[in-house]
Amino acid sequence: MTPLAKLLEAALFAAPRPIPMEALAALDVESSPAAVAAALDELREHYDIDGHGVELVEQGGGWQILTRAEFAEAIERAQVAVRPQRLSAAALETLAIIAYRQPIGRAEIEEIRGVAVGSVLKSLHERGLIDIVGRSEGVGRPLLYGTTSQFLEQFALRHLEELPRADELAIALRGAGNTAVVPE
Amino acid sequence: MIAPKFRSADNLAPSFVVELSHFTGPLDLLLSLIRDEQLDIYDIPVARIAEQFLARISTLGLDEAADYLEMAARLLRIKAQMLLPRADGEEAWEDPRAELVRRLLEYQQMREVVDLLEHRGEGRRHQFPRRWVPPAADITPLNAPLSLSLGELLAAVDRVLRTTKEPALHEIIPRALDVGGAMLTVRAVLAMRRSARWSDLVGRDAEPWQILSVLLALLEMAKLGELRIAQHHAFASVEIHRDAVSEAA
Repeated sequence: MTPLAKLLEAALFAAPRPIPMEALAALDVESSPAAVAAALDELREHYDIDGHGVELVEQGGGWQILTRAEFAEAIERAQVAVRPQRLSAAALETLAIIAYRQPIGRAEIEEIRGVAVGSVLKSLHERGLIDIVGRSEGVGRPLLYGTTSQFLEQFALRHLEELPRADELAIALRGAGNTAVVPE
Repeated sequence: MIAPKFRSADNLAPSFVVELSHFTGPLDLLLSLIRDEQLDIYDIPVARIAEQFLARISTLGLDEAADYLEMAARLLRIKAQMLLPRADGEEAWEDPRAELVRRLLEYQQMREVVDLLEHRGEGRRHQFPRRWVPPAADITPLNAPLSLSLGELLAAVDRVLRTTKEPALHEIIPRALDVGGAMLTVRAVLAMRRSARWSDLVGRDAEPWQILSVLLALLEMAKLGELRIAQHHAFASVEIHRDAVSEAA
C-alpha cells in the first residue's frame, strides 16, 4: 500500500464516525484531492481483494471502516457488539416522511400518516435519527424536524440526494389537483 | 355484511387489537382493504369500503380507535356526498373522493420509501463500526464556548419550563370598607347604652361592605379593649357590651 493509503487507514481506524472527504484531505496537505480519492480506492481494493474482515464504505457523509455483514451473527453471539434493533413500521413511515419533506412539523406528518406521531418522534429523536431543526412561522410556532447524519449512517446513504426523487418513485403523484376519475 | 377476514368471533378484543396492530394506521388499513378487494384506487366503491372499514375497527379499544374513527367518519361523509343527487351537465361537480385518493397515493408513495429504507437499513444493521468514543470530559476545555444544537437548547428550555410552577396570580380588588366610620358609629351607640345587639348596628338593608366594616370595627375595638362581644349559643344574636375597664376609665 502507498503511504497515503496507510495514513487514511490509520485515520479511519481511529475515527468513531464517518470521516468526510475534506477531513481526509486535510490529513496530508501535500496530497491533492484526486490523490486522496485514489488512495481510498486503493484501500478499498486492499480490503476487498486480499480478503479482510472489514470493508471501506462511503456513507453518512463520509468514509468509514465497517465489519463485513457475514460476521455479524458470530460477533453478536460472543457479545462483542449488538446489532441495533429494527425500527418499527410506524417509525420507518415517520422517518420516510421526514426524510422527504424536511423541515417538517408534526401536524404535517400526522396528516400524511393519519395517526398521532408524538411518541414515535420522541423515540426517533432519542435514537439520534432526527433532530429539531427550527420552528415554523405558523400558528403556535411548531417545531420542525429533519434527519441527522446518524440517519444517513444507519441507512447506508452517502447523502440525502441518494434517495430517489419523489417523481422517480413508482407511484408518482399525479399532480396536486383533482385527479380521481369521475364515474359516469 | 361483515368482511370475510373479520375473525374476532373466537378470540376476544385483545387478539383483534393484535391483528389491527399489523396496520400502522387507518390509511394502511384502507389500502389493505382496497388491495384485498382488488379495487381501483381512483374509483373506490365508498359505501362498501366504509362498511368493511367499520367492521374491522368495531372492537378496537377506545385509545387506539381515535385515529381510525376519524377516518371512518370521513368515509361516511364521502359516502353521503356520493348519494347526493347532482344535476345533469353540472360541470363543477367535484368527486368527493378526490381528497381521499390524493392522501392514499401520497401514503402509498411514502410506503415505497419505507421499503427502500428498510432494505438499506437491514443491510447496514449487520455491519459494525468502530466503537471508540473519546472521553468527552477530558477533551473539552473548561472555558470552551457552549456547543449546543437548537434541539438540545429547546429541549432544555422545555425541561426548565416544565419544572417551574405556574406563578400563583391573585387579583387584588381595592376594599371599599369604612372601618373607621363604623367604629365611630359603634362608639356613638355604646355611648348611649351599655349594650347593643348586632342588629342595632347593622340595618336590615345594609350592603356587604357596611356589614364587613361593622364586623371589622367590632373586632378591632374588642382587641383595643373598648368592648366585649358575646354570643351565648350558635347563631344567637351577638351582644356587644361596653367594656368594664373603659367604663371605669
